[in-house]
Amino acid sequence: MSQVIVITSGKGGVGKTTTSAAISTGLAIYGYKTVVIDFDVGLRNLDLVMGCERRVVYDIVNVIHGEANLQQALIRDKKHDNLYILPASQTRDKDALTDEGIATVIDALKEDFDFIICDSPAGIEKGALCAMYHADQAIIVTNPEISSVRDSDRILGILSSKSRRAVEGKDPIKEHLLVTRYSPERVTIGDMLNVTDICDILSIPLLGVIPESKSILKASNLGVPVTNDYQSDAGVAYNDAIKRLLGKKVPMRFVKENTKKGFFNTLFNRKRSRV
Amino acid sequence: MKSLLNFFLQRNQPDESAHVAMERLQIIVSHKKGANQQQPTTYLQDMQQELIAVIAKYVQVDNDNVKVNMAKAGSNDVLEINIALPETPQD
Repeated sequence: MSQVIVITSGKGGVGKTTTSAAISTGLAIYGYKTVVIDFDVGLRNLDLVMGCERRVVYDIVNVIHGEANLQQALIRDKKHDNLYILPASQTRDKDALTDEGIATVIDALKEDFDFIICDSPAGIEKGALCAMYHADQAIIVTNPEISSVRDSDRILGILSSKSRRAVEGKDPIKEHLLVTRYSPERVTIGDMLNVTDICDILSIPLLGVIPESKSILKASNLGVPVTNDYQSDAGVAYNDAIKRLLGKKVPMRFVKENTKKGFFNTLFNRKRSRV
Repeated sequence: MKSLLNFFLQRNQPDESAHVAMERLQIIVSHKKGANQQQPTTYLQDMQQELIAVIAKYVQVDNDNVKVNMAKAGSNDVLEINIALPETPQD
């Protein structure tokens, strides 16, 4: 049974595309045939993060409008044979997406793939609604920041009212919270919302915590999803999240500061943080 | 000596900005699953507006001086309404 997973957030810039690239790559590494679709028509970026921008010939809008078939538009990942990218159009706008067209594309992909990852654009308009409509599961990407948490809450409301599962009265979408750009040091000094409070506010199960990390920018610079970087904290955190998505029990990491400080060190840091 | 004492006393005070963010979120966020699903907490905002309207009939209060808050105490939700009346009553 193939699973459609939407990566969404409401707010822009929280890490949806980074997460889409990382999760789809991880699923492919675990042996699942995976396709990741960019729904951000007009502002496509998934191709850059996946490092395949020079191989884009046709896109999802071409497929929907019958200008190319699905096989022509799908781009196979350089590293992983079972990972494909379906890019968005750069020149059209979101209105080029039609409900019937997307339904046809998703149904065709379900025949072939274990996982269909939908990278949602920011906002709650056409593109975001199209990305979430067919979802069986949703990963809500949230930054430990007040506006991001509110937007995530809003998106949860829309998932439970406007998705196909909601409209057709089926079992609700399985929701997962992914907290990104987390900085345990700032949480300790009280500058940042802690992950327990975010879970409490949004009331959905936690899939993972991705620490704020230099490796994310490095990964997008290189066009190599961060999951491939086993040396980096963010890469490790994404790997843990993917295992949890596949139903494994993995303890949370990167939630607390990992450096053990002495008493005087703690005192000193405390004082400094107040200034 | 006094500053040293202050320093130790201050340690447990919730003066962190994250704490303020959490309190603000509890009011604006509507998606509460479980027992409260039928009654989303957005009504807090509406209630605050209506309370202000009622109070304003009798005394002049500022929007900022009416605080409506929802907190959890064990398994109970505690509704806290805090109205700061002006120092001299209006005629």
